Amino acid sequence: MILSEQKPFEEILGYLDGEKSVFILGCDGCAQSSGSGGPVQVEEMKTKLEEAGKKVTGTKVIDFLCEKALVKSGLRGRVDQVAAADSILVMTCGIGIQAVAASVNKVCHPACNTVNLGGSRGEWRGSERCQECGQCLLDYTGGICPITACTKSLVSGACGGASNGKCELSPERDCGWELIYNRLKSKGQLDKLKVFIDPLDHNKLMARPEMLATSRYALEQSDKEVKT
Amino acid sequence: MSLQSKLESGKFVITCEVGPLKGTDIHEVEENAELLKGKVDAANVTDQQSSVMRLGSLVTSQILIQKGLEPIYQTVCRDRNRIALQSDLLSAWVMGIKNVLAITGDLPQLGDHPEAKAVYDLDSVTLLQTISKLNNGTDINGNELQGKPSFFPGAVVKVESDTEASMELQIAKLERKIAAGARFIQTQAVYDADSFAKFMKRVEKFNVPILAGVIPLKSAGMARYMNNNVAGVMVPDELIQQMTDATEKAATGIQIAADLIKQLKPLCQGVHIMAIGWEKRVPEIIQAAGL
Repeated sequence: MILSEQKPFEEILGYLDGEKSVFILGCDGCAQSSGSGGPVQVEEMKTKLEEAGKKVTGTKVIDFLCEKALVKSGLRGRVDQVAAADSILVMTCGIGIQAVAASVNKVCHPACNTVNLGGSRGEWRGSERCQECGQCLLDYTGGICPITACTKSLVSGACGGASNGKCELSPERDCGWELIYNRLKSKGQLDKLKVFIDPLDHNKLMARPEMLATSRYALEQSDKEVKT
Repeated sequence: MSLQSKLESGKFVITCEVGPLKGTDIHEVEENAELLKGKVDAANVTDQQSSVMRLGSLVTSQILIQKGLEPIYQTVCRDRNRIALQSDLLSAWVMGIKNVLAITGDLPQLGDHPEAKAVYDLDSVTLLQTISKLNNGTDINGNELQGKPSFFPGAVVKVESDTEASMELQIAKLERKIAAGARFIQTQAVYDADSFAKFMKRVEKFNVPILAGVIPLKSAGMARYMNNNVAGVMVPDELIQQMTDATEKAATGIQIAADLIKQLKPLCQGVHIMAIGWEKRVPEIIQAAGL
């Protein structure tokens, strides 16, 4: 699940500056549940662009714009509408926009920003977060992740910034290390606070090279996707 | 005699702060250094304090050396990764800087560049471990150095905590900082000598010199502001009332600081006066405290 949100309309209009016509593509996957590029938002965008003096040659909402085969088959009946437009406005996440740009020989403008999930699984409920660090530290911290629970991702314990158990960043946010302390105490594991944890290996925090070589969400064979 | 020798010989020391300004004008830093040398044993040079971008602590520390005032080079983990931190430490040693204070650093969101990327590649504890490794002749990964420093590393601790978790985490982290190589400790501002005495009881077993933090009050408003906004600062109501009632606010603030220093002196091995704009009045405070 990927979260996206619509860019400010003025920014989108700026991208379309100098163009007369546009084809709008929406996504019935994550962008639909994000409320940024589903059928409802595509219709709204069409109305607003027409009010702003643009000609909308057509619209289409496709299941999963991240999948290039679906983009191509979804647009098969709309070739004329796409050809008549100066550009395509793509209302979905960064993967979908890239997949459309790679599949259609037209200028593609992004209508959305892809939002950092902060280690959550998008719309999935639950307050636990995983940053996919590749070096799980949960054994030392009572099952609460210091990388996601602490705003500074500190591995050596609390900084001095907390007040009344809240982070210096915001009185709404719990100090992650105080949560860890209370959890360790309740499990009889306070001796874990004496353990030295090495600085994080940021190589492991990065996506692996084989993940970067191909679109993570592509259903195609990755061997066909590897860039040389 | 260096700060290190003084602390190691058990002398009661006085440190203060010199904050680099935003820009290239170093007149005030030079003036303050001139005024403070001989009056204090060393001066902390703050590093992008409160996440506000300013002149660097490295070059400002060197200015203090040129002026004859021993610097304590503060270095925060917020702005530089482990490569830059180690490189700056080597540079600091070459510039003649001996004392380093390792700090994690406030979040960028609290300063004047909230959009900045926070680094925190290392934190205060792992930075202290790194300084210890440099002192032993290797970098953080064990690669040998050609020529090694001999830093005197320090760290900070918050005396007052408002939750049990915060208190215990501070003590646990202090223990780790000392195990990682911290050889002197400066505290956040203290306003209650009894409470400081209790804190000292808990940490005396660590056997590391502790310098009690003192921030002179300029007004009752400042005291209330710190109580509400600065973690670990708790100005008691009586002192706020004294400041409210005072006709000569500055004189009263300085007297309160001096009295506090007299009460703290038997409990610890030094005071760290954070004057926050009143650097020029530090000698007055020292004199009033009878140091």
